[in-house]
Amino acid sequence: MLADKDRIFTNLYGFHDWRLAGARARGIWDNTKAILDRGADAIIDEMKKSGLRGRGGAGFPTGLKWSFMPKEVKDRPHYLVVNADESEPGTCKDRDILRHDPHTLIEGCLIAAFSMKAHAAYIYVRGEFYNEAQHLKAAVKEAYEAGLIGKNACGSGWDFDLYVHRGAGAYICGEETALLESLEGKKGMPRLKPPFPAGAGLYGCPTTVNNVESIAVAPTILRRGASWFSSFGRPNNAGTKLFCISGHVNKPCNVEEAMSIPLRELIEKHAGGVRGGWDNLLAVIPGGASVPVLPKEICDTVLMDFDALREQRSGLGTAAVIVMDKSTDIVKAIARLSYFYKHESCGQCTPCREGTGWMWRVMERMVTGDARIEEIDALEDVTKQVEGHTICALGDAAAWPIQGLIRHFRPEMERRIRTRTQKLAAE
Amino acid sequence: MPKMKIDGIEIEVPAGITVLQACEMAGVEIPRFCYHERLSIAGNCRMCLVEQEKAPKPIASCAMPVADGMVIKTDTPVVRKARKGVMEFLLINHPLDCPICDQGGECDLQDQAMAFGFDRSRYHENKRAVPDKEFGPLVKTSMTRCIHCTRCIRFATEVAGVEELGATGRGEAMEVTTYVQHALTTELSGNLVDLCPVGALTSKPYAYEARSWELRKTESIDVLDALGSNIRVDARGGVVMRVLPRLNDDVNEEWIGDKTRHAVDGLRYQRLDQPYVRKGGKLVPASWDEAFAAIVGKVKGLDGKKIAAIVGDQCDAESMVALKDLMAALGSPNVDCRQDGAKLEAGVRGSYIFNPGIHGIDQADAVLLVGTNPRWESPVLNARLRKRYLSGRCAFASIGPTVDLTYPVERLGAGPATLRELSEGKLAFFEKLKAAKNPLIIVGMGALTRDDGAAVLALVRDLAEKVNAVREDWNGFAVLHTAAARVGGLDLGLVPGEGGRDVAGILAGAQGKEIEVVYLLGADEIDVQQLGKAFVIYQGHHGDRGAHRADVILPGAAYTEKPGTYVNMEGRVQLGRRAVYPPGEAREDWTILRALSERLGQPLPYDSLDQVRSRLVAVNKTFAALDQQAAGGWGPFGKAGATNDAAFASPVTNYYMTCPISRASRTMAECMASRQQLLAAE
Repeated sequence: MLADKDRIFTNLYGFHDWRLAGARARGIWDNTKAILDRGADAIIDEMKKSGLRGRGGAGFPTGLKWSFMPKEVKDRPHYLVVNADESEPGTCKDRDILRHDPHTLIEGCLIAAFSMKAHAAYIYVRGEFYNEAQHLKAAVKEAYEAGLIGKNACGSGWDFDLYVHRGAGAYICGEETALLESLEGKKGMPRLKPPFPAGAGLYGCPTTVNNVESIAVAPTILRRGASWFSSFGRPNNAGTKLFCISGHVNKPCNVEEAMSIPLRELIEKHAGGVRGGWDNLLAVIPGGASVPVLPKEICDTVLMDFDALREQRSGLGTAAVIVMDKSTDIVKAIARLSYFYKHESCGQCTPCREGTGWMWRVMERMVTGDARIEEIDALEDVTKQVEGHTICALGDAAAWPIQGLIRHFRPEMERRIRTRTQKLAAE
Repeated sequence: MPKMKIDGIEIEVPAGITVLQACEMAGVEIPRFCYHERLSIAGNCRMCLVEQEKAPKPIASCAMPVADGMVIKTDTPVVRKARKGVMEFLLINHPLDCPICDQGGECDLQDQAMAFGFDRSRYHENKRAVPDKEFGPLVKTSMTRCIHCTRCIRFATEVAGVEELGATGRGEAMEVTTYVQHALTTELSGNLVDLCPVGALTSKPYAYEARSWELRKTESIDVLDALGSNIRVDARGGVVMRVLPRLNDDVNEEWIGDKTRHAVDGLRYQRLDQPYVRKGGKLVPASWDEAFAAIVGKVKGLDGKKIAAIVGDQCDAESMVALKDLMAALGSPNVDCRQDGAKLEAGVRGSYIFNPGIHGIDQADAVLLVGTNPRWESPVLNARLRKRYLSGRCAFASIGPTVDLTYPVERLGAGPATLRELSEGKLAFFEKLKAAKNPLIIVGMGALTRDDGAAVLALVRDLAEKVNAVREDWNGFAVLHTAAARVGGLDLGLVPGEGGRDVAGILAGAQGKEIEVVYLLGADEIDVQQLGKAFVIYQGHHGDRGAHRADVILPGAAYTEKPGTYVNMEGRVQLGRRAVYPPGEAREDWTILRALSERLGQPLPYDSLDQVRSRLVAVNKTFAALDQQAAGGWGPFGKAGATNDAAFASPVTNYYMTCPISRASRTMAECMASRQQLLAAE
């Protein structure tokens, strides 16, 4: 179990003061100038060495992402955009950073922006996060007043402006290019890539979009060193991570833990175990709504990191662990997720626009068994037709839960169909 | 030049193009719905997916720029599966109403479903239904058929420059709409129908009229404005059913204006299908023989100076040269092709054509509009100007009417006084023109049809020289015509000869009895009340203003009914072809003049179309080179002098009705009513 001294988010639960004074007492903003004085290259290098992988879901190495920005600012300014549009069902980690520890994020923004030669950063906050945005705005104001950001931030000689922007509550705006579109005032629809944001992002300028958690952990990594951070977790899955455990557990919670912790340990130590005991477990969605579900036999042993979950054909995603015990109607649960994706599809590209609706409708019939056995194969085929053929990853996200369901719970789906068919035949 | 491999074919392609374009260069066809050469890339239909070596998933070829060493495969199981998948998705919510869909037979979805579709559906849910939208009198919507390719949205926003279309809702609830339901306020709305790859947007006037395979297609040239848009005339039996644009990058790209496309129903109404002779104050049907006899009775033996001819705006060069020769034979110097009184001269060709060519607009970097509203005088040319604006680094200014041209234009002033100040270098825009590499000065008929037109012309010429707009390698002096026949007429010298009268002179002469016979060759845009007691012969195709005043009517052919040569405003000689035969007794125009000349005892020396065309070349060798835009030459023209203070006004006050055909068109009347309704609502 992660020792208290190794926690990055020391006010995750809001027990302490979230304002500047409290943040300073916890070591945030402690001689930030010294970090900046190391220079941009040294910072990016340290980040690369730390092995931090993006905390927004895809797990792309953060230091590497920062290094993709042009080395010199030419005719177009650089931007840092922080993705605080946390909307993945089951995920609630960024929310607690925003409301209880906003200064870690703001400090991270300054350091990240400095290392990428950006004088401005935007934090795009999910529309529903009203109170969180209020906290963040207050913290930004404090930081400006204390000279931590703004002109000559922290006395480093670097000018840095930070803007908080609230979205209007669309899931798709968490996709980085849709977020940029939305930030520019347009309809939140993902852009075609290439060009990637590092080449042409916000207002056509070089831009890096990072998750809140990825940015917020940066100051601590730089203070305590890359080797400290990479000492947690297995190789290639380094660091500590916020896990959001929800569903059929005794004590749902957010918790910071070392990567590669066994799923069972995570649930039993921090969430008070599965309701009715471990043997009452049916399945777990380990990384937010878009990753495939895992049945109990995998959950018994699986480690919570990018590679281990990938091996099980699921994913760490945002590390939002959704626990389902045996009382769960698993088909209905996945059908509900399908409805979510159908509802949140932006409608821009064909496979996602048409496919999400189709998949949801078939899933609804699967819930009652109003289908033929072959339709399970047809459904899987449709998910494959959506997956990998869309502009953004929402199509994949809509396909994977269903693929996971069919992979692990096909017998349950077939049982329902047979039961219904027999019942109809009997009538 | 990146080298790449497409389906095993090694090819070197220009940098900056997309994989889809590279595939086409390699001769590999890629299916697509949303991609269109002249619109921005949306990449949303996903039909053009191809496999790229080392890429984890198929890529959208329309949006992927080429790179050196790329290996593309377009015919692998992965690609086929992807395309079949996309096709299936497009079809699940697309109604199977092809038998009653006007797009049937020319539908991209239908065609590609033949290649990539399944023979049965796996989709057992209810299909989506979408309420239809109101896009105005020209575009009919069946939004349930929409496949959300957004071509229409991109066309309206980018080419037409009216941000009136967009998508509301998201996911499968996404709908293409005008937000507030109203007719599109663009003169290019018909092109939406061409762009729509399915039957969501179809032509309203053409709804349920014909199937594409029943139509006889004839490539021709439009005469409803002076751009000379390349068109295809689709006819069934003897009726022109519709007009579509043809591709010509130098002229109309692939757009046409709404009048060009939709005024064709005017060809069915108000037609002159037999000769008429005025007897006892009333026009009565007559035979050709009687009509000719009436003319001969009046003209034979009359002094040529008492005969005059006015040429209309839509005449073909063949009939114009025949008229010119006939008038010469009769000894009349009173010929004029400038109905509107434009002070253009026939001498220097560079003084009356759009010298840089329509495609030259793309090279201009400062544009001055003088007395013109290109949006109404030639909407496709205006779209070209907008395209130039969009590509950046080009300043636009105007002296003349204040109108929304769909791109920002700095308005310098209203009339000749401003023009004079500008040419004296007193306005800031002078420096912009002077600093520009290729300054373009477009002068419209609004500046030249005035009494002081010649002085205005001289001022513009002066300005063009001062800002170095006329050089060896660039001539930025451009006349924007409104009459399709005008440049041809000037090329053939249909202007008053020695001691001859121009249109104003002819009308004055007719009232004063110095002119006893006036021959109107399709001339309807003059004030016929001023023809006094003159004996008026009207040769044309519509019972419009000229025919109402005529003493003898000779029924001619409209532009779709005769092979004809037309010269557009840039001086490009183009051939129109016959799509249908003229109605009833009506005949091709030059043959009427030829027959009349015989009766008048002055037979014209040509008996076939080939011979007439040889005569055209003999009069002006420009006519020998088809489809080419030659430099106009330069020299002195205009007449320096005093100008008056009246503001320039565009000659086109109503885009939808400018000629006998469009005035007879019910569709155009509807368009006008719809536009007026919108204006009234504002």
